[in-house]
Amino acid sequence: MNITRFTSKGFLIPGLISLVILIALVTLPFYGSLYNVIMVTSILMYIILTVSWVLFSGPTGYMSLATAAFFGIGIYASAIFLPNTGAILPLLVVVVIGGLVSSLVALGVGALTLRLRGIYFAIFTFGLVVLILELGNWWEHTVTHTRGRFVMLVDNDVIFYIMLAIFVLLMLTTYLIRRSKFGLAMRSIGENEEAAAHIGVNVTMVKVITFAISAFFMGAAGVIWATKLTYVDPYVAFNPLFSFMPVLMAIFGGMGQIYGPVIGAVIFAYLQEKLQTEFPYYYMLIFGFVLVAAILYLPDGLIGLIQKLWRLIRRWRKGGAAKQDANT
Amino acid sequence: MPESIVTIMDVAIGGLLLGGIYALIAMGLSLQYGVARVLNISHGEFIMLGAFSTFTLYTVVGINPLICLAIVGPIAFIIGFLLQRTLFTQLRTSAPNPGAFEASSLLATFGLMYVIQGIALQIWGADYRAYTYLNFGVDLGGAIFSANKLVILGFAIGIGVAFYIFLARTHMGKGIRSAAQDPTTASLMGVNINRVLALCFGFGAAMAGLAGVLYSMRIPLNPAMGLQYTLIAIIIIVLGGLGSIPGAFIGGLILGIIGEIVTYIDPSLSLAAYYFIFMLLLLVRPKGIFGK
Repeated sequence: MNITRFTSKGFLIPGLISLVILIALVTLPFYGSLYNVIMVTSILMYIILTVSWVLFSGPTGYMSLATAAFFGIGIYASAIFLPNTGAILPLLVVVVIGGLVSSLVALGVGALTLRLRGIYFAIFTFGLVVLILELGNWWEHTVTHTRGRFVMLVDNDVIFYIMLAIFVLLMLTTYLIRRSKFGLAMRSIGENEEAAAHIGVNVTMVKVITFAISAFFMGAAGVIWATKLTYVDPYVAFNPLFSFMPVLMAIFGGMGQIYGPVIGAVIFAYLQEKLQTEFPYYYMLIFGFVLVAAILYLPDGLIGLIQKLWRLIRRWRKGGAAKQDANT
Repeated sequence: MPESIVTIMDVAIGGLLLGGIYALIAMGLSLQYGVARVLNISHGEFIMLGAFSTFTLYTVVGINPLICLAIVGPIAFIIGFLLQRTLFTQLRTSAPNPGAFEASSLLATFGLMYVIQGIALQIWGADYRAYTYLNFGVDLGGAIFSANKLVILGFAIGIGVAFYIFLARTHMGKGIRSAAQDPTTASLMGVNINRVLALCFGFGAAMAGLAGVLYSMRIPLNPAMGLQYTLIAIIIIVLGGLGSIPGAFIGGLILGIIGEIVTYIDPSLSLAAYYFIFMLLLLVRPKGIFGK
């Protein structure tokens, strides 16, 4: 009895909130301005990068800084298959190709490197971004002799809807993985890898497959992001910033809950957009201070802070109620 | 001498001249990571600050860049010391385990990189700056090198050796080495761990600042130049073994020579080559050449 009530209550309210947000997002192009649509598109992009980063790095505890590599592969897939001289393949096919190539690279990299522990894994994955960036530069300079590529123009609403579709798919995937045995196996790796291996978790396979799934969404988002950028070169595509932003956004939001990284990404992306347009000269300075302050004062993220406040309020109210009881 | 031997000499000496600076940068980061456990992404920003300060002191005030070493070094040391005392001490004491501290301090230094770059952008603007100092040729067995590069190498080796003697021979150096091996036991043995960590971070920042002063003699300066040197320093300290000071010094010289060889073949491939070697090393021998 209690169990059914618990689960139905656990489903109903978050489900309703998700539905309302989804409807608001789907109908956005009908009531929002063009500026709003573009802004929400870039916020969605950051959410996708952050949530797919958390999908792998959250439960397993391996801090990946390869996000910019997978995202950049998607961007380059777009530059190659969707040039401004005319699309070679349909847009949606390229989105899938970008995702698949990224997850193939992730499979290879994962199989090679996931035995590296702690900071070594972070350094290696970050090295991967710079290596691809430099090789891309060299390739464009000496082999293809291009200085940047142009991507075809796509309608802003189409970009928005594809980004939204990737986001919804990602949230569903994350939700299902978290609730499955697979998600449990991942958490057990994060808690204690040796123990997980002992109770029969195929540690390497679980890690590599999750790494590849998260890379798929990063690559797919990169493809559609490139049509918004329109100009692409290796420095734009493999910008190391995209490796660090998802980590910071996830920490800022708090990684314990599924909605923590989403909230972190929304606030951070909005802040970045506003700072960049309104204080272009002080943007870096303010942004840096916010980063340091967030790491110093919000170790469990915004969600952690809210939970702490909520507990304080409840204790205070309970205390008040106890006092009243004593008085009567 | 035959032409090919002159070329080899040319590349080898050129590599050492580049490697001297790399060694200094990497020793600084090795102190910060090896002892204080902070993988300082903003390490290169201290190089940038040192270089720009020298530029201003030389072109505006007229102070000799070599005298700037004595000004920039102590200031960078104080900044680093205070950073460890405030920011990183708070992160260290509030982190649940060493792994969490490494991750949070790495991200904090990423934010710090933005702050320092933002400040430099306000002061010096985004344009490239350069000055010339000791820019005449010196003949070394048939190959010509500019005098400032030789001065840089001399000072880099001098600072490196002096610091090594400080670590090996003095009481404080012993404290630093013991803290690098096992911070908990060291503090039980009476080493003031907070002070040692702050000293290490300060020395690391000072070395980056000094490297910036020296390097500003031979390259154009820009507020965004730092990250590249941070990445090179990370490669070197992994190459030499994380936390090993002699490893960082020798690794720096090795990477300088590799860089010069690759530049001789195709200049645009040098950074890619560094990363290729680095990733190969991480896979085959993650402990580094001198790691135990």
